[in-house]
Amino acid sequence: MRKRIRGRHLVLLALVALVGALVVPAVGVSKSSGLPTSIGKGEGALSLVEWAAYSDKSFAAKFEKTTGCKITRKDAGSSNEMFNLMHGGGGGGGGQYDLVSASGDASLRLIYAGDVAPVNVNLVPSWKDFLPAFKAPPHNTVKGVHYGISVQWGPNTLLYNTKKIKPAPTSWAAIYSAKYKGQITVPNNPIQIADAALYLQKSQPALGIKDPYELTKPQFAVVVALLKKQKGLLKRYWVYPADEIKDFASGDATIGATWPYQTLALQGAKVPVPVKEIIPKEGVTGWADTWMLGKKAAHPNCAYMWMAYVSTPRVQAQQAYVFGETPANPKACPFMNKISKGLCSQYHLDAPASYSKSIRFWKSPVADCGFGGRKDCMDIQAWNNAWAGITG
Amino acid sequence: MDVEARTSAGSLRGARLRLSAAFWRRPWLKLLALLLPPVAAFGLVYVTSLGALLASAFWSSDAFTAKVIHSWSLTQFRAIFSLSDPTYLRIAIRTVLIAAAVTVTDAVLAFPIAYYMARLATRRMRSLLFVLILLPLWSSYLVRIYSWTTILSKTGPLNWLLNGLGLPDTHLAYTNWAMWIVFSYVWLPFMILPIYTAIERVPGNFFEASADLGARGPRTFRSVLLPLVFPAIVAGSIFTFSLTLGDYITPLLVGGPGSLLIGNIVYENSSTNLAFAAAFAVVPIGVMGVYLAIARRLGAFEAV
Repeated sequence: MRKRIRGRHLVLLALVALVGALVVPAVGVSKSSGLPTSIGKGEGALSLVEWAAYSDKSFAAKFEKTTGCKITRKDAGSSNEMFNLMHGGGGGGGGQYDLVSASGDASLRLIYAGDVAPVNVNLVPSWKDFLPAFKAPPHNTVKGVHYGISVQWGPNTLLYNTKKIKPAPTSWAAIYSAKYKGQITVPNNPIQIADAALYLQKSQPALGIKDPYELTKPQFAVVVALLKKQKGLLKRYWVYPADEIKDFASGDATIGATWPYQTLALQGAKVPVPVKEIIPKEGVTGWADTWMLGKKAAHPNCAYMWMAYVSTPRVQAQQAYVFGETPANPKACPFMNKISKGLCSQYHLDAPASYSKSIRFWKSPVADCGFGGRKDCMDIQAWNNAWAGITG
Repeated sequence: MDVEARTSAGSLRGARLRLSAAFWRRPWLKLLALLLPPVAAFGLVYVTSLGALLASAFWSSDAFTAKVIHSWSLTQFRAIFSLSDPTYLRIAIRTVLIAAAVTVTDAVLAFPIAYYMARLATRRMRSLLFVLILLPLWSSYLVRIYSWTTILSKTGPLNWLLNGLGLPDTHLAYTNWAMWIVFSYVWLPFMILPIYTAIERVPGNFFEASADLGARGPRTFRSVLLPLVFPAIVAGSIFTFSLTLGDYITPLLVGGPGSLLIGNIVYENSSTNLAFAAAFAVVPIGVMGVYLAIARRLGAFEAV
């Protein structure tokens, strides 16, 4: 990374460091050696691995115009694919990808695989406004070192066609029910195992599941058996959000697990599809995404400019509206309400502490049960293998 | 200076003469010089990467960081051929069965078309059929597959047509049947062309001779046409079989739950678990090896 420290920057840096020191004493600039201390001139290009619409034209166009960083995008369909893209080609994004919008089930893997670089959060002015839960969450901050900037978060909800599914479902049991055989669709993603685990945690308390990402072998076997049974009831496993939208629009699928993005797309289509999404009584899993910087990023300055840009309240609100998710920056609230009345409370940004706590955010399953000293949990490899066994 | 130039030109000419004489005396040297560059390029690009693939099939990967661990073992192959967890065995068998079904379907569909083109169609009709068969190859293979998802979907043209005829809906979308239909469709031209060439090469008087000896259509087909065209069918089947064996996009777009093929597993593991992906990629190589050995026995390579 090119460093360009001038007097003006030093003053700014000192100010930022001071503010940083006041807000979160644990994070200091001096400790993180080798980090850039200022954003240099843009390289004119920026390459993203992203969830579809994470650099939507509605807000990316202005960024491209003001910074001159021309964005190229690679949409990923799953966390594994995202990890593969960043890890392939020699790792670190292979010099091809600068930033990745990794979810919690990929972010730790990227950190431990050495594909992402530490970032200087002080170069992202809006970071200090973030919800406390997203300043240094365990899925992107290891031992006090930040490996990215939280961007947005949200729940994995239950979507159904209101004309075809009656009475309206209230429980995840609906997507495991033979009643809807051949009409159900769920994501093709190993982390889907956690959704089944969450459902079993509530419906079969005798199993003793405490955390849907920390499953012992016997618990895991029950979860996998449920998913194998579910396979026979499915229309298909969807890979890209567009697939699910297409299937709900054509009537091939009438109920399934979704992200709010698909719900909004279906409701807002030219011919609106009669769908509704709910948070079932068992609760939901969720994602919390982080923009992470590839270790071999060819355009680090543009990457920092992008992280700073998407963290500002106005852009956070725009992205929340486009994708149907909740910003990490609560200052986005008034901007959300300006776009659409009541949008802020619709996404629970005004009541985050309790709401975000009720969501079980994605995280990489590890053998020691979340670095907790135990050794009897099924790890990501077991999850991937089991998922291949279920879907294959 | 003049003399110098002349001698150097002379020595150059001499060297050239000596070289051509050497080539003339030893013909294998000429062959070697001609073949060495393409063979070397082939060896470097193709054989090396294949070798690297085969080697990494015996390594293993760290689950969390996907780093490749360079220690020799058969772990990956044990996972593939495991009978206690037959997931991958099931996927491999499914892949081979689908490839076989597609091959047979294409052969059955292609034969009458090729026969009509080669022996019955007028010149204009033949050109038209050629264009119709080759035209789809000009458009993206992805677009052609994707259009099938629309055709087969619940509210798509197929069900619309069936409903119009008073028949019930089909539920073909996202099933192995859909995969079979789409594969058969996309690889059909690769079967028609070799069969057409072979039928065209059968002299017309063979059919007359067969008729003179009292054989009717079916007997002529069985005893004259089929034996002569069979190597071409086998040659075409190499295309349809191997292309199906390696595909992973069609299952992703039109397959349902339980439609994963070998290619999908290789793709999914290609950077998280490179060793496993490599090991699984060896399976279609082995299957193709056996297939080609059989095809050679059946004389397919005389028809290519």
